[in-house]
Amino acid sequence: MNPNFQLVPEAASSTASHLDHLTAYLLIVATIFTVLIFACIFYFAIKYRRRADHERPVEVEGAMTLEILWTVVPFLLMMVMFGWGASIFFEMSRPPDDAMNIYVVGKQWMWKTQHLEGRREINELHVPLGRPVKLTMTSEDVIHSFYMPAFRVKFDVLPGRYTTAWFNPTKPGKYHLFCAEYCGTLHSGMIGWIYVMEPAEYERWLAGETESLAASGQQLFQFLACANCHRTDKPGRCPNLEGLFGKPVQLTTGEIVKADEDYIRESILNPGAKIVAGYQNIMPSFQGLVTEEELLKLIEYIKSLSKLPQQPALVPSGQKAAAQRPAPNVNR
Amino acid sequence: MANHSLALRHQFDDVVQQKDASTFGMWLFLTTEVLFFGGMFCCYTVYRSLYPAAFGVASNHLSLLWGGVSTAVLICSSFSMACAVNSGATGKKNAIVGYLAITILFAAAFLAIEMSEWHGLYQEGLMPGFNFTFHEGDARHVQLFYSLYFSMTGLHASHVTIGIGILLTMLVRAARGAFSAEYYTPIEISGLYWHFVDLVWIYLFPLYYLIARHVHQG
Amino acid sequence: MITATVQTRDNYLTHEYGVKSWLLTQDHKRIALLYLAAISFFFFLGGVFATVIRVELLTPPGDLVSSQTYNKLFTLHGVIMIFLFMIPSIPATLGNFLVPMMIGAKDLAFPKINLLSWYIFMAGGALVMYAMLIGGVDTGWTFYTPFSTSYANSYVILTAVGIFITGFSSILTGLNFIVTIHRMRAPGLTWFRLPLFIWSMYATSIIQVLGTPVIAVTLLLVAVERGFHIGIFDPSLGGDPVLFQHLFWFYSHPAVYIMVLPGMGIVSEIVSVYSRKKVFGYRFVAFSSVAIAVLGFLVWGHHMFVSSQSVYASLVFSFLSFMVAVPSAIKVFNWTATLYKGSISYDTPMLYAFGFIGLFTIGGLTGTFLATLGFDVHVTDTYFVVAHFHYIMVGGTMMAYLGGLHYWWPKITGRMYPEAWAKLSALVVFLGFNLTFFPQFIMGYLGMPRRYHAYPPEFQIYHVLSTAGASVLAVGYLIPAIYFVWAMRYGKPAPDNPWGATGLEWQTTSPPPPENFEITPVVTHEAYDYSILEEMTVG
Repeated sequence: MNPNFQLVPEAASSTASHLDHLTAYLLIVATIFTVLIFACIFYFAIKYRRRADHERPVEVEGAMTLEILWTVVPFLLMMVMFGWGASIFFEMSRPPDDAMNIYVVGKQWMWKTQHLEGRREINELHVPLGRPVKLTMTSEDVIHSFYMPAFRVKFDVLPGRYTTAWFNPTKPGKYHLFCAEYCGTLHSGMIGWIYVMEPAEYERWLAGETESLAASGQQLFQFLACANCHRTDKPGRCPNLEGLFGKPVQLTTGEIVKADEDYIRESILNPGAKIVAGYQNIMPSFQGLVTEEELLKLIEYIKSLSKLPQQPALVPSGQKAAAQRPAPNVNR
Repeated sequence: MANHSLALRHQFDDVVQQKDASTFGMWLFLTTEVLFFGGMFCCYTVYRSLYPAAFGVASNHLSLLWGGVSTAVLICSSFSMACAVNSGATGKKNAIVGYLAITILFAAAFLAIEMSEWHGLYQEGLMPGFNFTFHEGDARHVQLFYSLYFSMTGLHASHVTIGIGILLTMLVRAARGAFSAEYYTPIEISGLYWHFVDLVWIYLFPLYYLIARHVHQG
Repeated sequence: MITATVQTRDNYLTHEYGVKSWLLTQDHKRIALLYLAAISFFFFLGGVFATVIRVELLTPPGDLVSSQTYNKLFTLHGVIMIFLFMIPSIPATLGNFLVPMMIGAKDLAFPKINLLSWYIFMAGGALVMYAMLIGGVDTGWTFYTPFSTSYANSYVILTAVGIFITGFSSILTGLNFIVTIHRMRAPGLTWFRLPLFIWSMYATSIIQVLGTPVIAVTLLLVAVERGFHIGIFDPSLGGDPVLFQHLFWFYSHPAVYIMVLPGMGIVSEIVSVYSRKKVFGYRFVAFSSVAIAVLGFLVWGHHMFVSSQSVYASLVFSFLSFMVAVPSAIKVFNWTATLYKGSISYDTPMLYAFGFIGLFTIGGLTGTFLATLGFDVHVTDTYFVVAHFHYIMVGGTMMAYLGGLHYWWPKITGRMYPEAWAKLSALVVFLGFNLTFFPQFIMGYLGMPRRYHAYPPEFQIYHVLSTAGASVLAVGYLIPAIYFVWAMRYGKPAPDNPWGATGLEWQTTSPPPPENFEITPVVTHEAYDYSILEEMTVG
């Protein structure tokens, strides 16, 4: 696929092409200044070479105008780099709302990717052409970094929390996946392939698997007895999880946090860290009892509960707050 | 009475330049110490802002009494140190030795209290890396509090210990008549070091002992 | 040109003989030579590791050494080159030797502390060597957590403590320089009459004093965490691995300015002497040194654009990183302007200075690429970054260091080096360097990640070019190693001022007497005032 001597990597995502224009600007500015300096040195060194042993040149006085010029001009050129680079960076940090979710779990020394529909891959990821993909990633051990040069995507994958990246593949083909954060012995073996397929072909590929992540999550939810406390039929000793995902939650400390993936994950592994206002610290920890992949299934299940009819949010808003805030120690 | 010109080192032009340089050097060194402790204070700040509840709960297990007593002891040691420097400036050899001795005693008392506090915490199962067991609430971040507590008080204690060594050296030199009203720079800069060590504790004490004593969990 | 002085006069080398007179010396000049010996050893050791790495990378599969060994090789290459070579190099050798002389002082403010700092350096270096010999460390010189604290199976604590110890050497050297420059300048030597080398050493010392304690405490915490299994940076124990990165880079970014500022100071000196003109825009260059030191503390987050740090923090760090590029650019322009209408001679130090200006320009411009947010996402953690920092540190600092060594060699040893061989090796170094590192820009941009033992076959051509360059570069470094040692014994005796330079160090003998000056000089001229030479020259 790649010729032997290349200077520019393939651009296979929407962001890649944007970035490549910026790269051209960077290269042009750099080349101009490099050539300028090299040429000046060369020229001056030859033109003003010492011709007699004791010759002493006349002093050239400094020039404020020149100093200002060669301070301001590079500064302005760099501000263009800054602004342009920042705008592309914003683009890279904001996945579109309609992006399809893929989960990635990195561990020494492999990548495990998971489609919501249930299909799992090791060191590979199949995606359809032309649809934005949002990666939600975590590590089971040390810091890794998910790097796909052709899409100009790279983001660190951390233990203990989720990080995200996104891309919109614009060319079908097979592209490198590398781990880009040194992670131990087989760091250079933690590589794979991204396959961008025509949509129809992708649907065919996807059809193989049976159970979606959310469905597996529901089974786990029952199996781990979460459902005993987190009841949906009547108020229990634990907060109702329906409609929870993505909403603000008020804690016993008064702080308000968002119920995102990190919050759910922490609540399962270290429930004592954040207690919802009005509830006791009675949830047991599931640290060591669930793997990162199982956590993702549970998260997907809880996300699916948000698509049900809305329950009152766990933060009453405005003036009603004081009146409606549940009194502590009340058994509900 | 010491001959002050004997104390003039060859690289300096005169004693004024020498004293200036020594004092400046010590202030610079203390700046590096600020950055040194600063790194840990930074860790503390970050984690406390992330886990205020756990830090409050953890703080409750430290002894306010003994923390307060050790603070008072250290402040007294700074006072006696200042007296020692003053005695140096007025050339009173016996006073120098006496005040230095008092400072060292206070410092030793501080360390003794600290060691006994540490021992107490160990017995309560609050020493991370050894026998840390904690069952209320956010145990992981309570452990983080104590990891930082022992790291920072440990680093501070090592500075106090080194300080005792420095003060002992000064005491021996003073007893041998090395100092006079014209030359007491080593005592002065030892004083600077000692006050800095005290100052670090003045920050450590409230941050570890006095935070959020009213916060309960659940 | 001033005629040569009699070699038999008492100088700091002949004043006393014997091992004790060296190991217990308080003479800054002798301490400089003690450092020179030590760091030269570490340079060649780090170079040996680089050689093995480059030979391994000739072929895509990892077939020369095991992965574990490879990871230890690049870690030790980084640790040794940065902490045991680059950071001390110019300050502890040329700085120690020249700072008192350039300001007309008899020694540094605290000579005993100077000797102590050498011993501390040796102790830290010995610990790192010991760790290396019993098994090495494989975390990368960056020690990212939780890998270094909880997963690495190598001698992390020993190495971290070794680096911790050498850090104090750096702090004490910086402290000594600051006090000396402030308090011990010769009469008439005001701040704006100081040589630019002193300005850059001053700025470097500020960074050493303020930055090094932070890496010290960070490595201490890593050692404590690893030793006692407590959680400060390990998320499974409640800590935050990104906090480690902030603390680590808070020092390690300014550290690169510790590594480049002294080189810039040398270039200012050399460009002036061999153009026989004062440096264009002296005040701008002086202020730029301080500006780089200050701004350098504000940009550490540009190493962390993809670390999960907030987008807004990344914005601020990107902007400030562009700001810090401005004073460096100012210096490059001013050096180039110094050549204009000068009287330029092609002595070896000047060739190295030309090399520095050109290669630092390329390295610095690629630094602006890395400061550019969107672009950095693509190339961070690839060979693009490796090429960038080697352009600055090897194409920049190393060339300046070699230039400085050649420039001041006559003063330090009282002997000249062989000019023809020196010019040849400067050329070899320049060519070898570019062949080694330019292909790395390309392959990094194409996606070749860092710290890879094995790699996909399409990158091989660049690796082969790079290794070919490395072998040429190695020759370029070996030749001076040989002729410098040779010259110490057999070089032509040097005059007091072979280059017709204006600094105070040239107004005393080569080599200098133990007290540097027979009588303390009084300064009445601006820096780089070549008219004074005519007042002193014989003809």
